[in-house]
Amino acid sequence: MTSEIDRIYLDNSATTAVDRKVINAMLPFFDVKYGNASSLHSFGKEATDALESSRRKVATAVGAMPKEVYFTAGGTESNNIALQGVMLKNKSRGNHIITSSIEHPAVLETCEFLETIGFEVTYLPVDKMGIVSLDDLDGAMTDKTVLVSIMHANNEVGTIQPIREIGALSHEHGALFHTDAVQSFGKIPIDVEYNNIDLLSISGHKVHGPKGIGALYVREGTPIQPIIYGGGHERGLRSSTENIPGIVGFGKACELISTHLDKDIISMTKLRDSLIKEILDSVPKTKLNGHPTKRLCNNVNISFEAVEGEALVLSLDRTGIAASTGSACSSKNFTASHVLLSMKIPDIMALGSLRFSLSRYNTQDEISYILDKIPPMVQRLRDMSSLWKEE
Amino acid sequence: MGFEFNEKVIDHFENPRNVGELEDADIVETVGSPVCGDMLTLYIKLKDGKVNDVKFKTFGCGAAIATSSLFTELIKGKTIEEALKVTSDVVVDVIGGLPEKKVHCSLLAPDAFKQAIEKYKEKQ
Repeated sequence: MTSEIDRIYLDNSATTAVDRKVINAMLPFFDVKYGNASSLHSFGKEATDALESSRRKVATAVGAMPKEVYFTAGGTESNNIALQGVMLKNKSRGNHIITSSIEHPAVLETCEFLETIGFEVTYLPVDKMGIVSLDDLDGAMTDKTVLVSIMHANNEVGTIQPIREIGALSHEHGALFHTDAVQSFGKIPIDVEYNNIDLLSISGHKVHGPKGIGALYVREGTPIQPIIYGGGHERGLRSSTENIPGIVGFGKACELISTHLDKDIISMTKLRDSLIKEILDSVPKTKLNGHPTKRLCNNVNISFEAVEGEALVLSLDRTGIAASTGSACSSKNFTASHVLLSMKIPDIMALGSLRFSLSRYNTQDEISYILDKIPPMVQRLRDMSSLWKEE
Repeated sequence: MGFEFNEKVIDHFENPRNVGELEDADIVETVGSPVCGDMLTLYIKLKDGKVNDVKFKTFGCGAAIATSSLFTELIKGKTIEEALKVTSDVVVDVIGGLPEKKVHCSLLAPDAFKQAIEKYKEKQ
């Protein structure tokens, strides 16, 4: 993997580097095998073969049948098709959808749109660790509930939901279960059968594949309708000429997940735990956000009391370390993330959150470098903070 | 997105001037709160109608730190009347511009100073 050695990338929940093997797999499909999969000639056949071979690779990675995998333009589109497509198709069955308060905007904003056209949405709260309660879910179910959409793992704090139980409970009440697995795919083994999943959203660029490609798994027989109309591609669910280079890249990325996942989880978990432990040990008044163990193997989210997150991200950026924060200083005032606020993290801590998200390419040397930089950086900002009180 | 700060902003962020507290300050004024997200405290020492010394502490983003730093530099040694003319517009201009969504951060220090002087005058 080539990367600029003077910078360290720890923002892999935002996006990842494309694996060189993925790039090499994609290249012929730009200028040699550039056919349209709808064409009858040999160029079309090459494209169709690549499309279906990639579909098998994606299906294998999540334990699905190839015909249950639909390619989309990414996680956001997969979530939109799942939510809108199921709710619109099942109007006669009911109008109620249950989701959580910590979903990605691609789910939350879609739910808000669905509310404007007459659907009813229940937003389940989460506990201090960011976990949805099965009792709350059970209590929210009505005979009008068509769909439950709960993310597999949260993008900010990495908390993993009990999706297998959520899926089972949904089915007991006759509801379908969708999970946004954009962050968990490639970090947790996923099996749609074992986990009782009816619809699942995944994205290419979070797993060392290209941007602009994703997939929606739809269990065979699930009633769903398209939200984009046209030439009937992807068995009518998602019209648009197939993005063959992207699909081939995503397929290759999925193949790499299928072969590397166990090893990747072990190495990322080790780096994650070292980062968490060392930061909490070396910097006073810090707190881990999210669950200590029910947590993505690549997620570190720590709040530093009395330090504003964006100032910390800027300090890190100046030393070549790329991270992110749940604090956004824009327009009129700061806003802490909806996820941290839903977890009832106090403002003073929520505004000082820092997220490191690892990939399989990060090394212990990089982690050691970061651990050297963080304590003085935090202390500098605290020394000038009007909220910091040395004890 | 991405940070779009010029070198002068970065300089004031990395090497802020007049950070800290003044034990013998004539006025200590705080604006903002942790709830609204950014907060600044100004410590001001006056002498003969001039800003003899000024220091600041802030819980804020990079732009808040940089503009507060520059503000203290600009008002130090000035008469109160002159210092009151150093508005956020002046700060943004002297620092060489800020991204649009960061302009509000430059309000903190001038607001704190204005509020401080109003209270000070009421007391006199």
